[in-house]
Amino acid sequence: MAATPASKYMTEGEVGLSLALLTGAFLCALASARAVDAPFSVHMGVFALAAVAGIAAILKRYEGRSVEAPPQEIDGKPNYNIGPIKFTAVAAMAWGITGFLVGCIIAFQLWAPSLNLGLEYASFGRLRPLHTSAVIFAFGGNVLIGTSFYVVQRTCRARLAGELAPWFVVLGYNLFIVVAGTGYLMGVTQSKEYAEPEWYADLWLTVVWVAYLLVFLATLRKRTEPHIFVANWFYLAFIVTIAMLHIVNNLAMPVSFLGSKSYPMFAGVQDALIQWWYGHNAVGFFLTAGFLAIMYYFVPKRAERPIYSYRLSIIHFWALIFMYIWAGPHHLHYTALPDWAQTLGMTFSIMLWMPSWGGMINGLMTLSGAWDKLRTDPVLRFMVVSLAFYGMATFEGPMMSIKAVNSLSHYTDWTIGHVHSGALGWVAYISFGALYCLVPWLWNRREVYSLKLVEWHFWVSTLGIVLYITSMWVAGIMQGLMWRAYNALGFLEYSFVETVEAMQPYYLVRALGGVLFLIGGLIMAYNLVMTIAGKTAVESKPLPGGEVLPGTVGLAPAE
Amino acid sequence: MADTANPGKPPAGPETTGHEWDGIAEYNNPLPRWWLYGLYATIVWAMGYWVLYPAWPMVSGYTGGLLGYSQRATVLDEVEAVRRERDLRGQSQLASASVAEIRANPALLRLALATGKAAFGDNCAACHGTSATGRIGYPNLQDDDWLWGGTPEAIEQTIRFGARSGHGEAHVGDMPAFGRDGVLKRDEVEAVASYVLSLSGKPGVASASAEKGAEVFAGNCAGCHGEAAKGNPEMGAPNLTDPIWLYGSSPEQVVATVTNGRKGVMPAWEGRLDPATIKSLAVYVHGLGGGQ
Repeated sequence: MAATPASKYMTEGEVGLSLALLTGAFLCALASARAVDAPFSVHMGVFALAAVAGIAAILKRYEGRSVEAPPQEIDGKPNYNIGPIKFTAVAAMAWGITGFLVGCIIAFQLWAPSLNLGLEYASFGRLRPLHTSAVIFAFGGNVLIGTSFYVVQRTCRARLAGELAPWFVVLGYNLFIVVAGTGYLMGVTQSKEYAEPEWYADLWLTVVWVAYLLVFLATLRKRTEPHIFVANWFYLAFIVTIAMLHIVNNLAMPVSFLGSKSYPMFAGVQDALIQWWYGHNAVGFFLTAGFLAIMYYFVPKRAERPIYSYRLSIIHFWALIFMYIWAGPHHLHYTALPDWAQTLGMTFSIMLWMPSWGGMINGLMTLSGAWDKLRTDPVLRFMVVSLAFYGMATFEGPMMSIKAVNSLSHYTDWTIGHVHSGALGWVAYISFGALYCLVPWLWNRREVYSLKLVEWHFWVSTLGIVLYITSMWVAGIMQGLMWRAYNALGFLEYSFVETVEAMQPYYLVRALGGVLFLIGGLIMAYNLVMTIAGKTAVESKPLPGGEVLPGTVGLAPAE
Repeated sequence: MADTANPGKPPAGPETTGHEWDGIAEYNNPLPRWWLYGLYATIVWAMGYWVLYPAWPMVSGYTGGLLGYSQRATVLDEVEAVRRERDLRGQSQLASASVAEIRANPALLRLALATGKAAFGDNCAACHGTSATGRIGYPNLQDDDWLWGGTPEAIEQTIRFGARSGHGEAHVGDMPAFGRDGVLKRDEVEAVASYVLSLSGKPGVASASAEKGAEVFAGNCAGCHGEAAKGNPEMGAPNLTDPIWLYGSSPEQVVATVTNGRKGVMPAWEGRLDPATIKSLAVYVHGLGGGQ
């Protein structure tokens, strides 16, 4: 810190990124001024401002930093880089609350459509992608990026590769989220489920994602452990596959390079197949492989138990990777998709059942000899229950891929219930568990502010999930049975509007379940904010038996 | 979980792989048998399915499977079976018979009612409600009050061409905007609203006098609604002496109707639905209970 300014130089990275951002800011400002539609103009303005803010941040960081780059090690221990991870933890909390809230709003809109207030910005069609993107990509994505940066450093015993690059990844990714979300509200969409953002946002995400892959690979490369930890296999599979899926499904030609609208490269049933190859593998590699990586680090860490089986982890990893990529066509049963493609989608989904369960077994059996901790540690309970929901959803999924079952379940709310048992029960719960571990570790706290509040979060949100899933099971199966009820003359027994009317009470129950889940999220946010503030609740005492929870030893200082 | 009794003590089991990452070790337990056999079973099942059903793409075409299954052929068979069933019950006569002939033939009537019910749910229920009881602005089809006539033929006519639909043969006739267009003053509007409400025994606007309202009615409304306010289906002018009110029966709602007029639209269905379906709908709607 005492270095004289004269001996301090900007690194190549600082100069290069600043120049790149400067060029980007100029081009985006130009595009904003000459845009052919208003949303594109707004978004180019946002990109330009973000680039300028990026340059300012680099300069400010340069001013504050010491002459030397941060050391790789301090006293023989790796000097872990935790700044970007802290950012993702806070961002995940904020996006999570946003996503849950928007989900509740659209759930109530399904119950009473006039709640869109007659505004196009609040219509279901615009808020629905805002909800899905906020929970999957904003909440889930920040958890994945943050935990992957944490886990890869700790299990490689090496500082994260690059100094600006990790910040570029986390800030760039969140900029993508902002552009995507504001785009939906302005009506910008390419109408592909879970791939709604238009071409320019997709291009930006591609740049950010490649940077993410490079940071991750470079950190693996400089590891001081001889072997690569199992969680890192799953993170790497997630990063590589998402890159491939994102690029292929978003191949499109813009109508104008100064406008937001584009047309996809594929058409008709080919487009549908590419879309669901993408869509299902987003589930497989984003929501399954990525979160299994979280499980493989945080469950054994919190339970202080060895992982149950290394052999099982290898076999189920490769089986999962090989099988998942085929399963997409089960989203297109009984459509124009050829019979043979439907068969492959269905049979590979069935074969995927055991590989999926391999992760659940490895997680649950890791608790052998530590089951008693479930009674006292609500954080571990979150993670164990998430594995139970994971097991349930990965049984239900293959079952629903069977054509005979699918002919009843497809297009009904059963699918929505299935997705949410995976999303709320598995993805969100393992994320909550990870965040409750990670936040005290990152901010050097002994434990979260209040374990009692974690208990409350657990029970309130579990009740919410149960209401959500059961109401959607009943609604979905009833809907499917009503749709397929024919009389002898081949006429439908019920008109569509009658089946909609029949759903209304279940939609209310579902919305109330969502509200409980949101309340749980707010309890978590409060708890984590108090943890970061360094507070300790009165009732938080050491665990019985004088046990000390894991992770109480903080990380080495960042920079 | 026998080892639950010994918390904190490592279970007796296989050795770890001998490596630790950030304090995490790994056992090298064998694959659970049930898991492995489960995996094999699903693979065997999948292979069996591939043999029986269309499965793998080839250079040109695909493996068809031993069962000769085709989704498209299956659905065509099902459609054909329903078509045969309907033909058996006289589907072809439905298109050529008149509404009166359909009602006279019990077998044809049953077919028409089934067709009409399904078509009503898909095309009419959005406005008139699933049970055809309507709502504000959309007539109740269960009662015996008909704007454009309630005979089966009149109903068929209304369905085919609609009302104010833009079709050349559609019903026409507007309720003018007496207040907005300056034909009547505010107090006259209130007076006539009170008078009209009094015809069916409802309380009107407090300050208005009924005699004045009767005068206004005779001068402005009787042309369409009739001297006795019994309405006229030729003009789509509703009967004002019954307790049925398409646009509401509160004084405010009636004042709004007289002030701004009403131009409810019923779309024309000719060209969108085939003649057999339109006739079936007419028979179905007529049979809901209020047909004349």
